[in-house]
Amino acid sequence: MKYKDYYAILGVARSASADEIKKAYRKLAQKFHPDVTKDPKGEEKFKDIAEAYQTLKDAEKRAAYDQLGTGYQPGQDFRPPPDWERQFRERYGGAPPGAGGFSFEDIDLSDLFGGFASRGRRGARGGASMRIPGEDFEVAVHLSLEEAYRGTQVDLNLALPGYDEQGRMRQVPKTIKARIPKGATDGQRLRLRGQGGKGINGGPDGDLYLNIVLHPHALFRPDGHDLYLDLPLAPWEAALGATIEVPTLSGAVNLKIPPGTAAGRKLRLAKKGLPKPGGGEGDLYAIVQIVNPTVLSERERELFRELANASRFNPRGHFAGGGSHG
Amino acid sequence: MAENDDADWLHAETQVTIVELARSSGLPEDVLRELVEYGALEPAPGAAEWCFGADCVVRVRKAARLRDDLELETESLALVLSFLERIQRLEAQVRHLHAQIAPPRR
Repeated sequence: MKYKDYYAILGVARSASADEIKKAYRKLAQKFHPDVTKDPKGEEKFKDIAEAYQTLKDAEKRAAYDQLGTGYQPGQDFRPPPDWERQFRERYGGAPPGAGGFSFEDIDLSDLFGGFASRGRRGARGGASMRIPGEDFEVAVHLSLEEAYRGTQVDLNLALPGYDEQGRMRQVPKTIKARIPKGATDGQRLRLRGQGGKGINGGPDGDLYLNIVLHPHALFRPDGHDLYLDLPLAPWEAALGATIEVPTLSGAVNLKIPPGTAAGRKLRLAKKGLPKPGGGEGDLYAIVQIVNPTVLSERERELFRELANASRFNPRGHFAGGGSHG
Repeated sequence: MAENDDADWLHAETQVTIVELARSSGLPEDVLRELVEYGALEPAPGAAEWCFGADCVVRVRKAARLRDDLELETESLALVLSFLERIQRLEAQVRHLHAQIAPPRR
């Protein structure tokens, strides 16, 4: 079993009062709660904070934890004192040593303290024959834009908390093949019914919620079901008009650039975005950029000079008034 | 190994009942009704019986976590939810604007 210093996690002294523990927890919870913080490590930190609080707020659990002693480093492998183990078994009905199945070596502190009075999201653990629904879980699933567009199948390797034969909490490895229907957008949730934690005593299995996260794409920037694409044009293409081949998620299409197209102009390619759940598709917007060649051949330079001499175009006409107001 | 046949997108186009919201979040129905009263949860317009967009499942599950973990009263919970909702809308606007801005060319 790995040791965790619950007092250090909450930043309180071992002699802290119940009220001090509660205050410390609330302060940390508000800072690191995964629904509130943007800290990518928030979830992990909050898990430790919540685990520490669940044990220390309960006088009985806190006393049992205190009896473990203080001579360990966080993360250190340790074995509870034999006397502690015996008391724990007497009080919470663990199998006697050697009976198989239950050993202090292969569980976490959280499994232990969570196990003897675990509280699920859906209420407290009741008597031995009470129907208890399985817990729900949420996991992030990272997809490429192409996968989201076409739909895909992902293998999710999860370690879900579940109950062993003795009814104690354990991390149980589970692989789920999840079909992601086409048309996922960033931040969307897919619910897989019955794929969460196992129910107990005939309680329904929990659900698994997938939080879709789209990888950044080299060309397309998604905004909901719409996509944005930068469309670089040579000055002469923008000035004279052209037909340009433009990539889309369903293959290249030809796009007509009208003569005199300005930089920043948004050209819409209807229904070339991501599929929408209610039918239909988002749009693809190509945003015009005018790009000059950085290295010119002698002939190109000559032609640009000729254009400069012949053209009366003044892109800074609006500077004439000096930019003053009124 | 399991394969999912029972997968559903949680978006506003699908509707769920208050019973389903309570089941998926573990929040009692009276708390959900209070959240509607405080304006933190909005039933879909038109229907005689209360119906909600399935995206509300995500919101009420978040509400349940915040209520349990931060030990919030329903009134404070409604306020926190409305602020989080506002942040989410602003983030969506930032994403929308970002999508239209070309990253600097390398």
